Amino acid sequence: MKPEFKILSPTAILGYGFPVESFLRGMAEKPDLIAVDAGSTDPGPYYLGAGKSFTDRAGVKRDLRYMLSAGVRAAIPVVIGTAGGSGAAPHLEWCRQIVLEIAREEGLSFQMAVIPTDVDRETLHEALDEGRIEALDLVPPLTHHAIDASPHIVAQIGVEPFMRALAAGAQVVLAGRAYDPACFAALPILRGYDPGLALHCGKILECAAIAASPGSGSDCALGVLREDSFILKALSAERQFTAESAAAHTLYEKSDPYFLPGPGGVLDLTGCRFIEQPDGTVEVRGSKHVPRPYQVKLEGARPVGFRTLAIAGTRDPIMIGSIDSIIEAVQARVAGILGEGSPARVFFHLYGKNGVMGHLEPAKEARAHELGIVIEVVAETQEQADTVCSLTRSTLLHYGYPGRVATAGNLAFPFSPSDVRAGTVYEFSIYHLLAIDEATMFPFRMESIGEELPQ
Amino acid sequence: MKKMLDLARVVRSKNSGPYELVLDVILKDDQSFEALRESGQFSPQRIASAYGVPVTDIRRIVWFQPANAVKVVMPRHIVSGSPGDSDVYGAQQHAPLLDLEFDL
Repeated sequence: MKPEFKILSPTAILGYGFPVESFLRGMAEKPDLIAVDAGSTDPGPYYLGAGKSFTDRAGVKRDLRYMLSAGVRAAIPVVIGTAGGSGAAPHLEWCRQIVLEIAREEGLSFQMAVIPTDVDRETLHEALDEGRIEALDLVPPLTHHAIDASPHIVAQIGVEPFMRALAAGAQVVLAGRAYDPACFAALPILRGYDPGLALHCGKILECAAIAASPGSGSDCALGVLREDSFILKALSAERQFTAESAAAHTLYEKSDPYFLPGPGGVLDLTGCRFIEQPDGTVEVRGSKHVPRPYQVKLEGARPVGFRTLAIAGTRDPIMIGSIDSIIEAVQARVAGILGEGSPARVFFHLYGKNGVMGHLEPAKEARAHELGIVIEVVAETQEQADTVCSLTRSTLLHYGYPGRVATAGNLAFPFSPSDVRAGTVYEFSIYHLLAIDEATMFPFRMESIGEELPQ
Repeated sequence: MKKMLDLARVVRSKNSGPYELVLDVILKDDQSFEALRESGQFSPQRIASAYGVPVTDIRRIVWFQPANAVKVVMPRHIVSGSPGDSDVYGAQQHAPLLDLEFDL
C-alpha cells in the first residue's frame, strides 16, 4: 500500500489570495507538494497578445511569498503552472523576477527549474505544412498568416516537462503555459501514483476551494492521493467538500464532463464515483487516464487595432423608447461625415437593453428607466479610434431625434474626459492542437537561486 | 408547471475556451434530475428558441448524473474578447434558462 500523497492548493489563481489560517492549516497537514495554477484564457486575448499579466503583481508576490517560504522551509516542491497568467516568455520572466525578489528578501536558496513553453514560428509553419496541426471544434483552420501575426504562441504542456524538472532535483518549478492539472499531478505521477487519479485530483485542485461548498476562489484546498482514490479536503471551517460540489466542479468550464482531453491522453470519468465522507471530505474513485497520441493545445492572440471608448447614460424615456433608431441615425450621420471606407468599427453597448447578451438577448425592447451606453471604437490607429469615438459621442450627444424635448444634450457623462484610450485590441488567433514528439520538447533550465546570486 | 428555479439550484454559463459557451443546470436532487431528463422537455429545440438561435447551435446536451446536472454546449458567435463581444468570460448568458417552465 502506498503512503498518502498530499497536495496543497492555496488559491484558484496565483494572486487571488488566501486566508493565512487556511494556508497554515494546510501546512500542518505536512503536504508533499504545494502547487498553483497561475493562469487562464478566461480574461480574454489581450493578456497573451500583449505579454502582460492579468493578475496584480503585489497579489502574486504576496501569495508566492507564503508558498516559497513554507515550501523551502518544509523542503517540499513548489510547482507553478502558467506563470504570469498566460505563460508566454514575458509572463514567465515577470513571475521569475517576483520569485527572485522574494528569495532575496527572505534569504531563501533553492534550485529552480524554469520551463518556457513558447513554440517558435518555424516549427509551427513546418507543422502546418506537414498536417500536424488540427483545429479544435468551432475554431477556423490555422493559417501561416495567423502564425506570423501572433506575437506570443504558447503550448499547454502536460505533466512530462514538470516530471523531468522534478526528477532533476528542482525544488521550485516555474512553468509557462501548462494544462491546468499538470502542476498538481506531475510529482505524484513521478512517484508512481495513478495518472488518472492524479490528473482528476489536479483538475479539481486547480480551482482550489471553488469546488468546495460554499465555493471560494481565494481559499485553500487539500488533495490526498491514495493508491486507488483521492480525498478532497477544505481547509477553513466555513466550507467543506460534498459529493455534489466536487462532481459539479467536474462540469465547470468543460464541454463534456465524462471525457476531459489533455496533453497525451483523455481523462475518462465514466466510471468515476464521488463518495461523501462524514468529516466534510469527499473521496473520488474510478477516474481513468487513457493515453492518446501526444498533442498539445496551442494558444495565440494577434493585434487587430486600437480601441477608444466613451461611457455615458441616458435617463430620458423618449430617447430610451426609440434608442435603436437613434443609434442607427447617428451611425449614418457619422459615416456621412467620415466618408466612404471609414477605417473604424463602432459598437454600442446598451446596458439596460442588451448590453450583456447582445443579439442573444430575448427581451427585445428596452424597458429600463435609464440606459448605460458604452461607445466602443476599434480602428487601425489610436488616432483614428479617437477621432471616430469623439465624432460619434458628440453626434449622439446633440442628435435631434423625433419627439425630443430635452434639447440641451442627450447624454450624462460620468467622467471628464469622456473618452478613454484603451490601447491595442487583440483577438484569439490560435487555438489548435499540435502533434508533437513529447520527449524532445519543453526542456527546463535549472537555476540556483539564493546564495550564489549577487545582492 | 414547474419553473426552472423550482427544480434547479445552480443555473450558470461560462466559456469552455474562447470559442465555446457552456450552460450548466444543477438540479436540486435526484428526483428533479430524473424527472427533467425523462420528460424530454429540456430539449435542443426549447433551448435554441430561448436564445433565438438555430437548433444546430445547440451542439450537445450532456446529462451528468454524479452532479445531478445537465450541460449545454453552444458556439460563441463572437469569440471571447474579439471586437463586439459583450461578455469575455461568458458568465452572464444564463438568464433565458431561468424563464423556462416544465410540465413534470
